[in-house]
Amino acid sequence: MSRKMHITMTVNGKEEEFLAEPRELLIYTLRERLNITGPHIGCETSHCGACTVTIGGKSVKACTMFVAQADGADITTIEGIGGPDDLHPLQTAFKEHHGLQCGYCTPGMITRATKLLEENPNPTEEEIRFGMAGNLCRCTGYQNIVKSIQAAAAEMAAAKEAAE
Amino acid sequence: MKDEVTREERIDNLKGMGCSRKRVEDARFTQGKGNYVDDIKLDGMLFGDFVRTPYAHARIVSINTEEAMKVPGVLAVLTAADLEPLGLHWMPTLAGDKQMVLADGKVLFQGQEVAFVVAEDRYAAADGIELVEVEYEELPVIVDPFEALQSDVVLREDLVGDGGTLPDGAHGPRKHHNHIFTWEAGDKDPTAEVIAEADVVAEESMYYHRTHPCPLETCGCVASMDKVNGKLTLWGTFQAPHAIRTVVSLISGIEEHNIRVISPDIGGGFGNKVGAYPGYVCSVVASIVTGKPVKWIEDRMDNLMTTAFARDYHMTGKIAATKEGKITALQCHVTADHGGFDACADPTKFPAGFMNICTGSYDIPTAYLEVDGVYTNKAPGGVSYRCSFRVTEAVYFIERMIEVLAIELNMDAAELRRINFIKKEQFPYKAALGWEYDSGDYHTAWDKALKAVDYDGLRAEQAQRVADFKAGKTRSLMGIGLSFFTEIVGAGPVKNCDILGLGMFDSCEIRIHPTGSAIARLGTISQGQGHATTFAQILASEIGLPADSITIEEGDTDTAPYGLGTYGSRSTPVAGAATAMAGRKIRAKAQMIAAYLLEVHDNDVEFDVDRFVVKGAPEQFKTMKEIAFAAYNQAIPGIEPGLEAVSYYDPPNMTYPFGAYVCVMDIDVDTGVPDIRRFYALDDCGTRINPMIIEGQVHGGLTEALAVSLGQEIAYDDMGNVKTGTLMDFFLPTAWEVPNYETDHTVTPSPHHPIGAKGVGESPHVGGVPCFSNAVQDAFRPFGNRHTNMPHDHWRIWKTAHDLGLHD
Amino acid sequence: MIPAAFAYYRPTDMAGVISLLQEHGDDARVMAGGHSLIPMMKLRMADVPHLIDLQAVGGLSGIAIGSGGIRIGAMVTQSEIIADDALSTAAPILREAALQIADPQVRNMGTVGGNVANGDPGNDMPGLMQCLDATFSLIGPDGVRDVPARDFYEAAYMTARGDEEVLTAVTIPLPAGGYAYEKQKRKIGDYATAAAAVQIVKDGDICTAASIAMTNLSDTPIFSEAAGAALIGTSVDDAALQAATDAMQGDIDPSEDNRGPVAFKKHVAGVILRRAIARAWSRA
Ligand SMILES: Cc1cc2nc3c(=O)[nH]c(=O)nc-3n(C[C@H](O)[C@H](O)[C@H](O)COP(=O)(O)OP(=O)(O)OC[C@H]3O[C@@H](n4cnc5c(N)ncnc54)[C@H](O)[C@@H]3O)c2cc1C
Ligand code: FES
Ligand code: FES
Repeated sequence: MSRKMHITMTVNGKEEEFLAEPRELLIYTLRERLNITGPHIGCETSHCGACTVTIGGKSVKACTMFVAQADGADITTIEGIGGPDDLHPLQTAFKEHHGLQCGYCTPGMITRATKLLEENPNPTEEEIRFGMAGNLCRCTGYQNIVKSIQAAAAEMAAAKEAAE
Repeated sequence: MKDEVTREERIDNLKGMGCSRKRVEDARFTQGKGNYVDDIKLDGMLFGDFVRTPYAHARIVSINTEEAMKVPGVLAVLTAADLEPLGLHWMPTLAGDKQMVLADGKVLFQGQEVAFVVAEDRYAAADGIELVEVEYEELPVIVDPFEALQSDVVLREDLVGDGGTLPDGAHGPRKHHNHIFTWEAGDKDPTAEVIAEADVVAEESMYYHRTHPCPLETCGCVASMDKVNGKLTLWGTFQAPHAIRTVVSLISGIEEHNIRVISPDIGGGFGNKVGAYPGYVCSVVASIVTGKPVKWIEDRMDNLMTTAFARDYHMTGKIAATKEGKITALQCHVTADHGGFDACADPTKFPAGFMNICTGSYDIPTAYLEVDGVYTNKAPGGVSYRCSFRVTEAVYFIERMIEVLAIELNMDAAELRRINFIKKEQFPYKAALGWEYDSGDYHTAWDKALKAVDYDGLRAEQAQRVADFKAGKTRSLMGIGLSFFTEIVGAGPVKNCDILGLGMFDSCEIRIHPTGSAIARLGTISQGQGHATTFAQILASEIGLPADSITIEEGDTDTAPYGLGTYGSRSTPVAGAATAMAGRKIRAKAQMIAAYLLEVHDNDVEFDVDRFVVKGAPEQFKTMKEIAFAAYNQAIPGIEPGLEAVSYYDPPNMTYPFGAYVCVMDIDVDTGVPDIRRFYALDDCGTRINPMIIEGQVHGGLTEALAVSLGQEIAYDDMGNVKTGTLMDFFLPTAWEVPNYETDHTVTPSPHHPIGAKGVGESPHVGGVPCFSNAVQDAFRPFGNRHTNMPHDHWRIWKTAHDLGLHD
Repeated sequence: MIPAAFAYYRPTDMAGVISLLQEHGDDARVMAGGHSLIPMMKLRMADVPHLIDLQAVGGLSGIAIGSGGIRIGAMVTQSEIIADDALSTAAPILREAALQIADPQVRNMGTVGGNVANGDPGNDMPGLMQCLDATFSLIGPDGVRDVPARDFYEAAYMTARGDEEVLTAVTIPLPAGGYAYEKQKRKIGDYATAAAAVQIVKDGDICTAASIAMTNLSDTPIFSEAAGAALIGTSVDDAALQAATDAMQGDIDPSEDNRGPVAFKKHVAGVILRRAIARAWSRA
């Protein structure tokens, strides 16, 4: 076994510090070490996106990153996006437009969608489908996911306008 | 008492049947607070994982675990030799066969479980696996069932008697050492006679390839043996938790009351999570041995290679008709590749599932079906991937035979369907292969569908496209895929449906709380179908309490009533019926309480939305909320306190949802790339409980159908190596490859179901696969195509074009 | 899918990287985005006892566009390529190709350096770089050297890069004329069934320069000089297209896999190339 490393990272705004083998995959760090079980494991080969988190402002698949690489990183998971008292518009929209069924892909979907809407606040259907193509869903056929994201985009645009 | 709200508002407040109630499950899922099996973390929990064979057929010469045991953190390595004293090195399958838990002397398919490494964490387990030394002696590999039936190579020595005799299998006599069963339905000779004398006979052979349900969450479990209390708790991805409890009890000898099986949230099932897998047994044993909880979660490659394939049916058919196109007979033979063990998840009496629904939606007077099950060096399984037992295969078969017959008759395939549909007035309709279809109105659905897509217009456009193609103006062809399907779901009547002797009823138990809210528990388990939402809606309409005040709980065998679980679209037809029936029991008691409170005779009150009213005096009433309170808190002569009910529902018949689908596809002849331009899906699932959820189920089922028909397969090479073991090669479409679907419906309630509902989760898959396939094949029909096998991936479509000379 | 244990290093300068490579020889590997390497390690198909993460090494990032050409640092990600407007103006084919690689999350991690150094015939950037006549800058114990992309690839996973060398940047002469990157794949996230990179210059109605490279149709990317030559001096009419695809067919050597048999791949390669040329020509 290789030596353990001293790791620090910020997850959902909270400083974390621990010793870990460098080969530990970030997804297991989050799920098993830090008990952040929102991000899931669907393929382990970076195809499904169930493990999607945000690192340094970018969507990344946490199954294909070693904890050692993430030393010093700033990470956001679904748990950091919104909770019972401050739901993100995407969380509301997914419920409102039936954008989920078994819910297994949902944390990754929503986490990815938050970035998509930052990169492109007013996406077309085609842009949503292209921008979400790193996230697989086996249940919904995507149609209502697209609808949910469109609805959240509209909602966020309206909120922004109202604020200005 | 004065009532401020209108009756309509009272109905709306219930959020009962027919409304698109938002799902109660979604709050936790959208916030990352679901609780799936891999989220479970117990003190001292260990991890188990398998050493798997790289060979598809080999004898095990030796297993050396010494080096593996030296890995820090590795606590045990179990092999068949360790399980044998417990009698657990083999386990029964759902199909009456038995299956090795860990390789007992030989392996029969690539990826088969050879040893189980138990370690403190998954890293140590992985390192241990690398160091288990297994010496194999390779044996000849058979991946083709036709070859298996000719070969001298014996795959299952355990099923051959002394001197090479062949004892009967679970389903009768066997013809060859690699043969499992022959199963028949219908009339053999009369069918042959009609076919021999028919005006027109179309013949076709087709292969419905092997694929896999591949839910996004793989299978797994956590076993925790509490040695102090003698209790075993088993959390897992189980589509049928009670059946798992019974099976675990039967094979482990632990009494059933000492076993608690819990299905937490499940990340999709689609049939993958019905069966019992070696991982479950090994986890239980490892927990007993170590006294600690043991977790086993398969990875995606394990999942695709070992647990629960679907399909793999080689089907040959003959369909006979008059010159005018009236079908007179149908004959079907299936060679079914079951892999190394027969672990199909079918009701016991149906080793080929409900393949005998293969006369489809048509009035076919005479028919005969024969299925031969065969062993090969492939993974076991044979599950119903988003369909009722083998119904996808049946519907694919008939919907292709219809197309081939249309070609033979030189007739339009939509018209051919229309003249052969079972007519509305023929229901209940007794089909030639044995089923009694409960209800249907196929002509109405078909006409609605064809009108919605402007079928004639599409055909005209297609003809123009063919002309343009021939004139060299385009390299794109247009296919119009048609499919009309009848599903058979809701297994099923206990008189003919059981699994391992367990009758396929289902159940619901309701407790009304004094303040007028309620909890209902069912024997089923949701894997995304939204049971917590829809069953509350059924109940809301039945008992007049708002759905928002009703908790639905499933999946814990200590609290839920016994039931056979969720697969084959049986939840709504069976557990949904149990829910309605239990609700009616509640209502019956409530009626007596209301009458007492209103000081009238029982028969003088009637139920109205959320209350009982005095007949003819609607201003005198007691709401269900008031009645609930009284049930607990008021002494009522002759009536026990409390308001609870249980119902076990044994359905009198299956339900038969149906639908009409049309797909319009453009095909790039030069690259083989298809482009789905339009997909219209009309479903008739009887009474509609929640239209939003129905629509979502249709989108999902169609997308899985798209995947299966256009590329998704478990492919083997000649050495029995799985070629499609990761999501790079196993086709799961992304949002980019999937079109928008148009959904539509008609409503033909089931006459025997308490609320007329039929089930919908699987129809779109069943109807979708032939529809996509027919679209591809239809594009090439003008150039002489009759049939090509799925999956229609780019190269196979290209090959169709190539073989038809379209590249010359 | 858990990799074997390894020691992890995150040096902050190139000297540190090179001394680690020298110290551990074959047992050491550099890692950029890790999106080719980590999957191989997880499947235990790559054994890397010493893993050197390049993320903190200075001087490997940035896109610089000058009159002499474009320099792209090895650690520039595919997402950065797509997002860089100046680059998309100067060499639009890079963006068109990058958009056809994997998916958004993978493109956030996958780097240009990793993609071209990997040596996987399925990678899209090697063929693209050959089409653009890029030069790869390598640094090693013996100093710095440049290798033309067209001379870099020897066989699958075998390149001209020495074990102790690191790729620092890719330099591309400013491309001229029309361009197209055309790729057929089974779905998003899949490698190419066949892909073609075309850069073409038009003078009046006549093609004066053309450069063509193909991806995933041999065990290396294929720069088909003959295919380009077949277009030069023509008006890129049907006969020229045919001559170019015929020439390309002589250079590729696809093998059968789950995407299809050889005959299919050859056919599709021809179709894809024709389309790429036509699109590039229309943009020239
Ligand atoms: C799901 C999925 C789909 C993909 N689809 C495509 C696709 O369609 N087309 C495509 O082109 N790619 C595809 N990729 C690969 C992706 O683009 C990779 O990220 C890329 O090929 C490698 O870049 P990297 O930075 O991740 O390299 P790494 O994985 O870090 O490294 C790859 C190899 O290059 C070596 N290396 C890396 N950087 C250097 C350097 N600076 N000097 C010397 N050696 C170096 C490493 O030692 C290693 O051997 C896909 C990947 C995934 C996971
Ligand atoms: S688990 Fe990370 S992409 Fe599938
Ligand atoms: S909701 Fe089940 S995988 Fe997306």
